[in-house]
Amino acid sequence: MSENLPEAHAASHGTDVATHGEPFADPGLPAHEPRRTDIDERAAKRAERQVSLLFVVSMLATVGFIASYASIDADKLVYIFPLGHVSALNFALGMTLGVALFCIGAGAVHWARTLMSDHELPAERHAIEADDDVRNDVIEQFRTGAAESGFGRRKMIRNTLIGSMALVPLSGVVLLRDLGPLPEQKLAHTNWDEATPAKPIKLVNMNTDQPMKPEDVVQGSLTFAKPEGLEESAEDFQQRIAKDALMIVRIAPADLKDAKSAELGFEGILAYSKICTHVGCPISLYEQQTHHALCPCHQSTFDLADGARVIFGPAGHPLPQLKITTDEQGYLVATGDFDEPVGPSYWERPR
Amino acid sequence: MSSASGTNNSASKPTSTRAKPANKAEATADWVDGRLGIYSLAKANLRKIFPDHWSFMLGEICLYSFIIIILTGVYLTLFFKPSMAEVVYHGSYLPLNGIKMSEAYASTMNISFEIRGGLLIRQIHHWAALVFVAAMLVHMMRVFFTGAFRKPREINWVFGFLLLVLGMFDGFFGYSLPDDLLSGTGIRFMEGAILAVPIVGTYIQMFLFGGEFPGTDIVPRFFTIHVLLIPGIMLGLLVAHLILVFYHKHTQWAGPGKTEKNVVGMPLMPVYMAKAGGFFFLVFGIIAAMSAIATINPIWAYGPYRPDQVSTDAQPDWYMGFSEGLIRIMPGWEISVWGGHTLNLGVMVPLAIFPAVLAAIAVYPFIESWVTGDKREHHILDRPRNAPVRTALGAAWISLYLILLVGGGNDLFATHLHLSINTITYTVRVGFFVVPVLTFIVTKRWCLGLQRRDKEKVLHGRESGIIKRLPHGEFVEVHTPLAQKDLHTLTAHEQPQPLELPAETDENGVARKAGVVTKARVKLSEGFYGEGNQIAKPTTEEYQEITSGHGHH
Ligand code: FES
Repeated sequence: MSENLPEAHAASHGTDVATHGEPFADPGLPAHEPRRTDIDERAAKRAERQVSLLFVVSMLATVGFIASYASIDADKLVYIFPLGHVSALNFALGMTLGVALFCIGAGAVHWARTLMSDHELPAERHAIEADDDVRNDVIEQFRTGAAESGFGRRKMIRNTLIGSMALVPLSGVVLLRDLGPLPEQKLAHTNWDEATPAKPIKLVNMNTDQPMKPEDVVQGSLTFAKPEGLEESAEDFQQRIAKDALMIVRIAPADLKDAKSAELGFEGILAYSKICTHVGCPISLYEQQTHHALCPCHQSTFDLADGARVIFGPAGHPLPQLKITTDEQGYLVATGDFDEPVGPSYWERPR
Repeated sequence: MSSASGTNNSASKPTSTRAKPANKAEATADWVDGRLGIYSLAKANLRKIFPDHWSFMLGEICLYSFIIIILTGVYLTLFFKPSMAEVVYHGSYLPLNGIKMSEAYASTMNISFEIRGGLLIRQIHHWAALVFVAAMLVHMMRVFFTGAFRKPREINWVFGFLLLVLGMFDGFFGYSLPDDLLSGTGIRFMEGAILAVPIVGTYIQMFLFGGEFPGTDIVPRFFTIHVLLIPGIMLGLLVAHLILVFYHKHTQWAGPGKTEKNVVGMPLMPVYMAKAGGFFFLVFGIIAAMSAIATINPIWAYGPYRPDQVSTDAQPDWYMGFSEGLIRIMPGWEISVWGGHTLNLGVMVPLAIFPAVLAAIAVYPFIESWVTGDKREHHILDRPRNAPVRTALGAAWISLYLILLVGGGNDLFATHLHLSINTITYTVRVGFFVVPVLTFIVTKRWCLGLQRRDKEKVLHGRESGIIKRLPHGEFVEVHTPLAQKDLHTLTAHEQPQPLELPAETDENGVARKAGVVTKARVKLSEGFYGEGNQIAKPTTEEYQEITSGHGHH
């Protein structure tokens, strides 16, 4: 089939393209046309002055930069139309620096365009590939070297060398092991697992920091909660809240479509994980009419009245729900962990 | 003694006949040459020829914005504290006074509000990063649509591709450093994506974050990756990229006096030194002014990161919007495999398409040369219209990018256009498959139309706008014939023929069978150059026939 390749065409036709010859001959480089500044000394002088002026403006701008740095307070705000209130220092520094740099550039380019020679010159290209002599010579040398090394002949040395070279980078990979702990069951549990029926954990309102009673939860509202005892000052607060955060809603029991979900809740109060099961954004938008919760990151939409089933978007499974009840004093409490891992799914996650 | 100095003299000054240095500068250059051999180095390069075309500036913008990023980046590292240790903020930005935050966030606040000029440098750094990635993309499009990636430049195409990918990722890491609410959301996204990797996902996640999300290691680790690892690799690639540009010499457009064997333009010294050097200052100046005027990434407005909070307009930087679009339009498919293991296709598939689309671009030069069987060097650029299939492929790719960008910003589109998010998402899902195909078809036709117009112009000349009335009453527009240089320019392109299947039987009448690969290659080549994929360019005979009288008006 190689006879059909263009290079074969090139060999047989002297050109690799359509069989017709090039119709219109190349007239060669056009003659140089002088610019105004090439023939008119006054124009050239004017261009020279323009270039210098740009450089002078640059100098002034740099002086302005230094002056602004020294004289303007960092927290001073000014009103500049149409930007609004901006930091005076930032504006002054940026503008002066911008002008100082821009004028150097504009001057240099103007100089090159008007006063430097604009004669176009051709330069030869040379093929990248070496010619046959060089090629054969190098290959010959390499063969000699290879033969002298005996690399091809001593198979045992060659193979063990390859083996050792292949294995040695593994040390580098192994050394990365201590970057972090093993996953174990860490992702499967939240800190709600410290709760037991005997020692339940109270749900604490995220905003008021108060334990919640059923009557505090208004129908149609969305409340965020955390486990009692988790203080913002705690060392590992970020890590814990990343999994423990709750979203509490109250839905009229008649509207609940999922029996199991209703069972996990308390009189229509449901506690779902706030962490989206897609890639883990906190869910923040709730529409009380439809009981739909929407994740702002990629718009996964969960029907909270129906066990937080995914009704739209890229999330792959419902939000985990926490079983809640009330303790003797009438506070909402959890008696155990979520029934499944919260947050994004992963290989080991049971399904 | 005297004999010793005699031999000494003859050794140091053998038979030098060169002239004495004319001045101090030349003497210094002589001294340096004796140590570094600069004259031999400069010989080929001082008057090296560069062809001129505005689109050749795009690469320069990439280079200059990279330099600006490094300069400002060094400044920022002098003040930034890559630590996630908790501190309480007491700075001059009152709304956050007394709030707990990481040291990374606090020091970014400090750079923005206390350090004079710190805000400006932060903004220049971020703006330059955006300009850098944008310029790389556009530069790459220039190279693609003009066929400048063909032999001998395929490797340089790959280097450029790697620079783009590394640039995008370094942008992502840099964006994550201030530990503000927006950047934390981005990292959370990354965590979820890593977890979706089958089998090893949880291990990678634990090792990368040093434990569970978010942990306290991620900012210092990202910092090292952002300022040392990736920029180091990029610097090496960049130098290699530029060395190759120098070595291959620049491509040029077809035109009078320009051939595959020469390069026509103006010399490096002085014109290009002044133009390119000046252009660096223009780019820097504009970015500095932009940073004075337009705020980018106002981290103080987002607040410090908390895993249970989110800012509603969470959007990635535009160059990551492509992946964001993929992730948003993907249906949430999760399946169970191997008894109880979860395969999160909803996240995995987009994350596989993302590098696949990029990789397809990386290998395109190799695919095209395989399909066309073209093994020659190319230094003359193709006009996009003269390579309709390539141009259409490029346009289809850009349309895919844009449609995904719409998907990535579906919430913004929804609020601004008063549409439902769901409608937009469904539309984008369909568009993902349909729009690139339509774009391909339309672009190809358009290219062929332009080719036809070129042919018309060559054969009949340019419309002069002068209307003439013929003796018998007919009105015609006078066409002026083109100058030789225009005729040449418009017909200088090649029109390769598609590959053909080898004859069913060879010269001895023995049946030959073409393999599947050969057949596929012939089919593809047919798709590139076959009938309907290019307009035959005018021939001398056609031109002569028309200009010799018949049918000429
Ligand atoms: S994280 Fe919620 S939709 Fe993606």
